Amino acid sequence: MEANILPSVKTQNEEIILSTKNASFFYHDKTAVKNVTLNIKKNKITSFIGPSGCGKSTLLRSFNRMNDLIPGASVEGDVYYKDQNLYKSSIDPVKIRQQVGMVFQKPNPFPKSIYENIAFGPKINQFQGNMDELVESCLMKAALWDEVKDKLNESAYALSGGQQQRLCIARALAVFPDVLLMDEPASALDPIATLRIEDLMNDLKEEYTIVVVTHNMQQASRVSDYTAFMSIDRDRIDERIGVLVEYDETIKIFTNPKNKETEDYITGRFG
Amino acid sequence: MENKSVILAPIYKDNLRNRKIIGKIFNILLLISVLAGLFMLTVLLVDIAIEGVPWLRPELFTNYHSRKPENAGMKSAIVGSFIVISLTGIISFPVGVGAAIYLEEYARKNRFTDFINLNINNLAGVPSIVYGMLGLVVFGRMFGLFSKDSWLVQTFSLPVQSGMVNGLVFNLFGIPWLEIHLPFGRSMLAGALTMSLLILPVVIIASRESIRAVPPSIREAGYAMGTTKWYVTRTLVLPIALPGILTGMILALSRAIGETAPLIIMGAFTYVPFLPNSIWDQFTAMPIQIYNWITLPQEDYRIHLAAAGIIVLLLFLFILNGIAVYLRNKFQVKW
Repeated sequence: MEANILPSVKTQNEEIILSTKNASFFYHDKTAVKNVTLNIKKNKITSFIGPSGCGKSTLLRSFNRMNDLIPGASVEGDVYYKDQNLYKSSIDPVKIRQQVGMVFQKPNPFPKSIYENIAFGPKINQFQGNMDELVESCLMKAALWDEVKDKLNESAYALSGGQQQRLCIARALAVFPDVLLMDEPASALDPIATLRIEDLMNDLKEEYTIVVVTHNMQQASRVSDYTAFMSIDRDRIDERIGVLVEYDETIKIFTNPKNKETEDYITGRFG
Repeated sequence: MENKSVILAPIYKDNLRNRKIIGKIFNILLLISVLAGLFMLTVLLVDIAIEGVPWLRPELFTNYHSRKPENAGMKSAIVGSFIVISLTGIISFPVGVGAAIYLEEYARKNRFTDFINLNINNLAGVPSIVYGMLGLVVFGRMFGLFSKDSWLVQTFSLPVQSGMVNGLVFNLFGIPWLEIHLPFGRSMLAGALTMSLLILPVVIIASRESIRAVPPSIREAGYAMGTTKWYVTRTLVLPIALPGILTGMILALSRAIGETAPLIIMGAFTYVPFLPNSIWDQFTAMPIQIYNWITLPQEDYRIHLAAAGIIVLLLFLFILNGIAVYLRNKFQVKW
């Protein structure tokens, strides 16, 4: 299946920060995602959409090697962060995860205070600066500071779901990453909290590159600059192998998709 | 698509009354099974209290065993139990929790770990007397390696003693209290090591359950910050699992404090008219003292003093369980 690899419009300032080259992902002997080649641009929001089980999360998690934690997971092909091949043996995944942060589907703050949640990452790296300032600036960036500044020592679980998710974003920012991977960051939240997360993503792309997996097509069209549509390989439908179908600027994917399958999916006629 | 669904009329037999009655009966049966256990415990406690409470006098705590029942106490047994149980806790906590961390967080799932898992569960069911025999051979006698006629002693002409201490005695750096006796003999250390072996499977199983109950999403969040496995384990997993680990640990210790068989095999004495000076001293323990009193012919020993001893032992148990509840609440992580 031919996928459109690169967004057609290229401006000179658009730098590529993450990319894959013929990357395939396996769980034990089963192929989860096959032959994905794509480039993700710096300081843009890129969304991965597609039906369940097409490997969006698998692809996302390869960018900070979180897949390593799943027994039996393996990779063929190349995944690059800047110019480093992430799956080369000399690469330490611990270091990569610091530069490529992650936010998960369900808010998962640590059962510690709000302050300690943010300070957790900097402490490992023996952060030498002023911790209070760092905590404040991360909470500011995550648009949470005004809501929590008077209760920094309270448990993170006293916050609402949406606040917890923004806390998780703030926590990820505290180790100074370049990239934020978000795995359906708003799917457990109500529409208002979802909008706040989306606003936040828009603010954050000034400084960070964001890659987001979402099941919500409105969300993809609202927040992202580029959209990758993934699906199940139609030629081998029983094996449920994920493939990249189309990748382009979000506006093109949603108004003028080149692929019939993409069109069916975004108009809700899929399957 | 055409809609061809057929509307079915509800044809039910009205048996709601019967279902409710069955529910009631089940409810009562469950209540009976709870009360059965509670009833037996009450009978036991009341019986012991009637026989033993009048004999709970200061002498019980300040005197050693005596030929006159009115003077007899269990001072050395209380102290012995206390020290042996403390040592058991100190030994089995790091080993048990370490094994649990390894098996839950580090070990790969393969045949070897399956084999270990199976055997830890088996070990939890091994009768305590078997541990007593193991402890005697390994710690108490050390396979006879330090007896006068062993090849080791003969070959290196080691200065073994016989008498109060059978075997070798070292002083580390010449410091008197840093003594090492080989073999461990009938010492409190040998008793505590044996008890540790006995409760280790229980400690490991309880710790593993507790570690496994930590949500994987917390570990994921930790790793996603760029942390090592050890850091995630130490700062996230262990603090969350700690209340459960401590509870399991203390419940295991309260099993150990009532154990008699392994200590009898290990050669704990029934009559110890002194308090221990070091972990190398011989000792007795509460269950052994009680057992000893029950075997004596006089009614005052056999019934009253034994009952009083049991009350003291039960008090220790309740205190330990109380500590378990306290620690669980104190370290409970607020979600």
